[in-house]
Amino acid sequence: MAHKRVLPGFNITLGYSLLYLGLVVLIPLSALVLKTLSLSWPQFVEAVTSPRVVASYQLTFGASLLAALVNMVLGLLVAWVLVRYSFPGKQFIDAIVDLPFALPTAVAGIALATVLANNGWVGQFLHPLGIELAFNQKGIVIALIFIGLPFVVRTVQPVLEDSERELEEAALCLGASRLQTFIKVILPTILPALLTGFALAFARAIGEYGSVIFIAGNVPMVSEITSLVIIGKLEQYDYAGATAVACVMLLISFVMLFFINGLQVWQRKRAGA
Amino acid sequence: MRALFKSLVIAATLAATTSAISPPAQAQQSLLNVSYDVAREFYKDLNAAFVDHYKKTTGQDIRIDQSHAGSSAQARAVADGLEADVVTMNTTTDVDFLASRGVVAQDWRTRFPDNAAPTTSTMLFLVRDGNPKGIKDWDDLIKPGIQVVVVNPKTGGNGRMAYLAAWGNVLSKGGTPGQAQEFVANLYKNVPVLARGGRDATGIFLQRNIGDVLITFESEVVSVEREFGKGKVQAIHPSASIIAENPVAIVERTVQKKGTEEQAHAYLTFLYSPEGQQIAARHGIRPRLESVLKQYQDTFKPLELFTVEQYFGSLGEAQKVHFNDGGLFDKLYTVGR
Repeated sequence: MAHKRVLPGFNITLGYSLLYLGLVVLIPLSALVLKTLSLSWPQFVEAVTSPRVVASYQLTFGASLLAALVNMVLGLLVAWVLVRYSFPGKQFIDAIVDLPFALPTAVAGIALATVLANNGWVGQFLHPLGIELAFNQKGIVIALIFIGLPFVVRTVQPVLEDSERELEEAALCLGASRLQTFIKVILPTILPALLTGFALAFARAIGEYGSVIFIAGNVPMVSEITSLVIIGKLEQYDYAGATAVACVMLLISFVMLFFINGLQVWQRKRAGA
Repeated sequence: MRALFKSLVIAATLAATTSAISPPAQAQQSLLNVSYDVAREFYKDLNAAFVDHYKKTTGQDIRIDQSHAGSSAQARAVADGLEADVVTMNTTTDVDFLASRGVVAQDWRTRFPDNAAPTTSTMLFLVRDGNPKGIKDWDDLIKPGIQVVVVNPKTGGNGRMAYLAAWGNVLSKGGTPGQAQEFVANLYKNVPVLARGGRDATGIFLQRNIGDVLITFESEVVSVEREFGKGKVQAIHPSASIIAENPVAIVERTVQKKGTEEQAHAYLTFLYSPEGQQIAARHGIRPRLESVLKQYQDTFKPLELFTVEQYFGSLGEAQKVHFNDGGLFDKLYTVGR
């Protein structure tokens, strides 16, 4: 049924897509794998499983998961307020949501450190109370929440806008409580989008470097993220070791993105049904 | 495919360096000096002086382009194809790495005087003004309650030198390697934050107000006073510290292709001239010329200096024993955390 396709010449467009994808994505990534192949299997295993590296995986994935979970809740709240209420300055706030996207991540890191360090705007009041938010794991999570927020807001917002309020009114008329309405009517509609936003924020946080290293403290086994371990390996000219760790990250990221794609398919199916 | 990967790396490196590198003009010779991060201001002054000097001696115009980033990152960029005419680094391992890739001559150390290092630096302590914790020497750094800010030896040459200085200081006083190891382990117990590089460490110490003492290069004192004003910090000269050589080398691969060997040689030789040494001294980098050193003796207070070779064989060996993954630093710093 070739005549039904919008773009003509399926063969040419597919070929172009594959070529473009190959040049821009696959060739650089295969260089990564090729570099790693210069290691023998035991060397590879040693490089990617040394205690410091494993501690950095735990920190990177743990902090990313935590930040993405926080963002799932906070992002939903922000999206909800932006969609369902109107108030002065709403467009301004709507625009602010995207700032963490636009900001160079290093600037975000420096800005957060300025605010949260012991002599910072906020940090100076928390420090006497014994709360230290910079240069430790808490700082990392805060930085990751900051850079991940727009992902959740921007995936949930359009779905909320499209959701039919009549369903909520019907539920209320039929005697459902507010909580019941939220769990049984609203949540199922937005859940796929919410999960997609969660996964996107999570994936972004895993690869985050600039905003984190300024606020992490970078202490081995405690607050050292995997990206920093990779940079450290490069600084000692251990190209193969660095790419080996990068490959592990790549693999995990690919699984993540595959999962996100699955969610999006699920979401589209539900929307179509 | 390798070539493509390389050009991607080079593009990324160029984007990362702050100095704009414009394509070389046809009529005018130009050199690209690929250097380390904190030498930016020094080479800006030196290049201006060299351009005048070259015009005077040869009657020809020359332009010097600069590229600055972390020393090892720069060495990687040159190895991967960045067309530097000369490299001026702050650790010899970076030039050795280029020699191992055949980019600079194997015997680069003998091509210029003083191990091909026209300048040196040493590791000092910076304390807050008035020295509230009374820090005078290395032993004060391991006292309980003292917070030391230092660069991560894994990610910066500054950090490697600080570590080796701490280790060598014990040996210089007749201590055993075991005592040196214990000292260094105790020292890093007092380290609350590891900085990524020299400038990061200065920022943590001065902008974030963390720590009682910063171990860093002598030249950073000048930068701190310029950036943050005089009177914020004072330099403490410990009884003994390490000599860090700043090696220079001609990038054979590039000069052969571009035919700039002569200019590159003249440029690096200029670093040894009284004028070049003066400029270095003004930027807090130790000159080799005794006369200039004497002239700036207020800045470069005499202290017992030991070389890397004296206690560690070479920087390459120190790297293997102490800093590579699974090395002594990993053991000392990660155990007990």
